[in-house]
Amino acid sequence: MSVFKKFLNFKGLTGMVLVFCVVLIAIFAPLLIPPEFATRMDMRARLAPPDMAHWLGTDQLGRDLFYRVMLGARTSIGIATSAVLMSLIIGLPLGLISGYFGGRTDNILMRLVDTLLSFPALLLALVISAVLGPNLQNTIIAIGVAFTPYLARLIRGEALRVSQMPYVEAAKSSGATNIRLIISHVLPNIMPVVIVQSTISLAFAILAEAGLSFLGLGTQPPEASWGLMIQASRDYLDRAPWTALVPGTAVALTVLGLNMFGDVLRDVLDPRSKS
Amino acid sequence: MNNTSPPNSENSLKIEEPVISLDHLRVEFETDGGTVVAVNDISFKVSAGETVCLVGESGSGKSVTSLSLMRLVEFGGGKITGGSMLLAREGNETVDLAEVGTSTMRSIRGNEIGMIFQEPMTSLNPVFTIERQLTDGLRLHTNLSANETREKALELLKEVRIPDPEKRLRQYPHELSGGMRQRVVIAMAMACRPRLLIADEPTTALDVTIQAEILSLINRLKRETGMAVLFITHDMAVVAQMADRVVVMYQGNLIEEGTVENIFAAPKEDYTKALLAAVPRLGQMSGTTLPKLLDVPGSPATAKAAPKALEIDGTPLLEVKNLVTRFPVYGGIFRRKVANVHAVENVSFTINRGETMALVGESGCGKSSCGRSILRLVEPESGEIILNDKKILSLSERDLRSARRDMQMVFQDPFASLNPYMRLREQVAEPLNNFGLASKSEIDDIIRDIFEKVELPLSFLRRFPHELSGGQRQRVAIARAIVVNPSLVITDEAVSALDVSVQAQVLNLMMSLQAELGLSYLFISHDMAVVERVSHKVGVMYLGRLVEVGSRSQIFENPQHEYTRALMAAVPIADPNKRNISNDMSFKPIPSPVFPVGHIPEEPEYEQVEPGHLILRN
Repeated sequence: MSVFKKFLNFKGLTGMVLVFCVVLIAIFAPLLIPPEFATRMDMRARLAPPDMAHWLGTDQLGRDLFYRVMLGARTSIGIATSAVLMSLIIGLPLGLISGYFGGRTDNILMRLVDTLLSFPALLLALVISAVLGPNLQNTIIAIGVAFTPYLARLIRGEALRVSQMPYVEAAKSSGATNIRLIISHVLPNIMPVVIVQSTISLAFAILAEAGLSFLGLGTQPPEASWGLMIQASRDYLDRAPWTALVPGTAVALTVLGLNMFGDVLRDVLDPRSKS
Repeated sequence: MNNTSPPNSENSLKIEEPVISLDHLRVEFETDGGTVVAVNDISFKVSAGETVCLVGESGSGKSVTSLSLMRLVEFGGGKITGGSMLLAREGNETVDLAEVGTSTMRSIRGNEIGMIFQEPMTSLNPVFTIERQLTDGLRLHTNLSANETREKALELLKEVRIPDPEKRLRQYPHELSGGMRQRVVIAMAMACRPRLLIADEPTTALDVTIQAEILSLINRLKRETGMAVLFITHDMAVVAQMADRVVVMYQGNLIEEGTVENIFAAPKEDYTKALLAAVPRLGQMSGTTLPKLLDVPGSPATAKAAPKALEIDGTPLLEVKNLVTRFPVYGGIFRRKVANVHAVENVSFTINRGETMALVGESGCGKSSCGRSILRLVEPESGEIILNDKKILSLSERDLRSARRDMQMVFQDPFASLNPYMRLREQVAEPLNNFGLASKSEIDDIIRDIFEKVELPLSFLRRFPHELSGGQRQRVAIARAIVVNPSLVITDEAVSALDVSVQAQVLNLMMSLQAELGLSYLFISHDMAVVERVSHKVGVMYLGRLVEVGSRSQIFENPQHEYTRALMAAVPIADPNKRNISNDMSFKPIPSPVFPVGHIPEEPEYEQVEPGHLILRN
């Protein structure tokens, strides 16, 4: 009960409503809207400003931006969420082990991570995607792998800090095994950082997907994704700013919602914060 | 000054009108949870040439009072909502510090009121040289030329008796020891010859010998300049040594005010009495051999004192032989080992069943490393540790884990030694689960039992650590340590972070538990007075070595090693009639324990003074 109370403030409610809406759209839009609505071109109404016929205007090929944003949600959110989850699945244990055990284990793992870090994330994703071939699944793998080293580095630093706390030492001297120490003492105490970093990573993942699509490796046209739409709008910014504003606002609202949600989630998980 | 005359009697004659007088000061803080009154109603005066000690436990509002005087409290979100603070300025002008504007305040801060902060490590800016830090204030408040300020800075360093002052001016704070840094902070505060010096716990973070040096320095400067000193501290022994008058605060209110002799000899208020009773006093235990509970009025522990069980049966529990622990120092481009910190160097001692052995020494002497080596939380380099006939150092990882059941540890910082994400029940139950000592149904009973033993209400079982006070948390940490029935508990400065009254309660709890359960303690502490109270046996450590070891009475009544004697001389005595902090004390600085790789330290040679009383001869 007190858990819900912590959500009952401006930040918590806004975050929840935004995230809820985005998730609903991602799930239901493709079920309710026929897919061809997003790809149907209307050459007479190219770059049309928002009006009654096209609520949010049209793009350079006369496609309806409202439908494209709605139908693009699933692609963008789906890819970003899966990619971040994947980087968490690899990065979290890697960082935990590295930070907790330290010494040689840490050295070997972190040199590996540093090697990955020395490539720009997008370049790395590009290479992976190019090698594996452009499809949805490979895009997720590419972004996930490219994001892993950043997360692993951060988690390792936190795990290192927490591992040196007296309560970890106290648990060690009261007979806790390494596994137990990591799971029940280190992990809960690094969660705040993991949550915040994950929500930020989601935003970057949406943009990374756009980057890959732009280079022809992510979502393939004429399918819609928010990133792809932003990329396509760059040539028409002066004439038709709504082509960028519409998908841009979608990304911004999603990220804003996720950040607020993440912040409140962190407070909920922290027994020290008062409800 | 001789030791018995009332302090500064020559000064008390020439006390004039007050330099600062606080009248019904009230300070509030706005927080999310509403308005918090930090200082409710405080009135007192400080005259020229007089030291007033503001004493109280954490949360009493003593620091907020001092920050209000500097009007720094506003930077922390506080607001002065009532009362006045009249400062007598030069030329018989009086201003109310509660009212003055920011520009006037800037001309007063660091000029007419100087301030010394608690932490010398952080109150100096690490990127400026000592000269820059000293001259900044001078350039702001005087119109001296660059050369003159430089000379003045040099003069100030000489005044606070820093060795090699010319060289120090060019150095950065990190190149100076803690004690020297605090001298620089004092020099900064003294730069403009303030009429009022505020010292907020200036020696709390320092070792006892350095504390004695700093206290004597403040006393000398006060005598030479005739300034008023407002000295804030929680330490009654320091109060006894420094104060002319004492103001006792509790939860934002003034409890009692009086001369230091009156407060110590005949306290009127119950709170003051309790505060004084809780202070262990060095020398109070002479003539006895056993530990004794502290007198805490109204505490249940006092009632169930069982001094007979604090006697020991004389069979050895822990034997430490020639223990050596070193920490590598890496350097160079290849991060190779270039030197070793000799943290513990050839230390041997024995603890009997039911006995408390104290390890005392100043920071960096290796006492904590010694305790952690015994638990193998750090790996010793060589030596032997035998606990209950088990050779700890030759155990495998798995066997070590089960051997740790017999030796538990209580850490210094009760805020950091409990996992903030775990309920107290889980924290205390954890050792039982780890060692598989009890079934699920038994655990509940054991935990309830242990909570009663450490005098915590059962309603705390479902709480999280942040909901508890420091003393309560330390009780939880003790509960966690004793729940598996260990024979040895190592306490690393376990009561240093607590307020005196809470410290007394926790010490009493530890002693009662010892009587009840037959525990042995390795009691690691820097506080000589506490050690005298609780221990059977004492080891004095210096530079990783045990320089003197013996029974409590041997060490405290007949100290033989020069370092032990210096340490005793530096401990402030909680009695205003026995002032031992005299003019300009200075002690030999502790040399560095870092030696190049391959350095073979001298084999220690001990001389036996009496049976069981050994002193290091080299």
